[in-house]
Amino acid sequence: MLGSITVLLLYQTIGEILVLVLGVPIPGPVVGMALLFVTLLVRGEAPAPLRETAERLLSHLSLLFVPAGVGVMLHFERLGAEWPAIVLALVASTVLTLGVSALVMQALRRRSGSGARDG
Amino acid sequence: MGDRLSDIWVYLAASPLLGLTVTLLAYQAAHWVYLRANMSPFANPVALSIALLVAILWFTDTPYATYFDGAQFVHFLLGPATVALAVPLYANLARLKRELLPIIGALVAGALTAAVSAMAIGWLAGASRATVISLAPKSVTTPIAMGLAEKLGGLPSLTAVFVVLTGIIGAVLARSVLDVLRVDDDAVRGIAIGVAAHGIGTARAFQVSATMGAFAGLAMGLSGVVTTLLLPLVVRVAQP
Repeated sequence: MLGSITVLLLYQTIGEILVLVLGVPIPGPVVGMALLFVTLLVRGEAPAPLRETAERLLSHLSLLFVPAGVGVMLHFERLGAEWPAIVLALVASTVLTLGVSALVMQALRRRSGSGARDG
Repeated sequence: MGDRLSDIWVYLAASPLLGLTVTLLAYQAAHWVYLRANMSPFANPVALSIALLVAILWFTDTPYATYFDGAQFVHFLLGPATVALAVPLYANLARLKRELLPIIGALVAGALTAAVSAMAIGWLAGASRATVISLAPKSVTTPIAMGLAEKLGGLPSLTAVFVVLTGIIGAVLARSVLDVLRVDDDAVRGIAIGVAAHGIGTARAFQVSATMGAFAGLAMGLSGVVTTLLLPLVVRVAQP
């Protein structure tokens, strides 16, 4: 547990440093995730303690969004003034995103599925 | 006695302990309600905990900054949790390889739809410039979205709120939308939920099925990367 938390923090730190040094507009944790993924590819396996820690951390993922969500109270004024546009944008865009990504994947899957059978 | 109590309150209200404890208590209360409601998507635990906490802070006249002094310890874990996404991503390597093209296609189409439609609808409906830019990264997980908002000239804390709202909306509506479209494969449903509603959608997907959860987690991680790469271009072209 302790070792794998250290690994996660270490990769995040390396990610943040790389972003600062290279000046790329990518968040540090994403770079950390990519580096860890490459490391696992090279190693050929994910160590059991790391798997357990990741699973535990990710199983409480929705809790981690709560403090940022409570920040809604800082924006009551803006939300009060602009709420129709915001609600419309969030709901319509989320429905569209769900639909488009599902339909695109389904269509590409059918195509590549038939391609595999032909080959 | 009253003085003692208010002394205790003054001490506790100023310490990070209270913000952290009340966050965990509120979440567990909300989770209990969610379980009692048979995990109905409408009893979303994130939405319930936020409502509860905002009410508590409002009644006790506590500023958000004071609350966040404690809650930041929970918030901080989003960073390592994002790094940890590499693990389920790697665990699904075989599926990822087998369906690489459909997944990448869905991710690029979904990430573009999320950003472009949110900005376009917000702009057409009369939202201000700062709001429109803050809407752009709303479908990716909080640390990525806040980082992007900052780099693109939005308001990171407003983006965080939009991200959470998007996650809740996605978790609530996913089943109905995908049923209407007759998308019944768990893998496809998972990808759509992960792209549209990041971690909150993924948490919901895991409760429906392990396959759906794995694909949602995969999509959440990859769409974070895809959005990071595409969004600066989208915003530059759109120039809201």
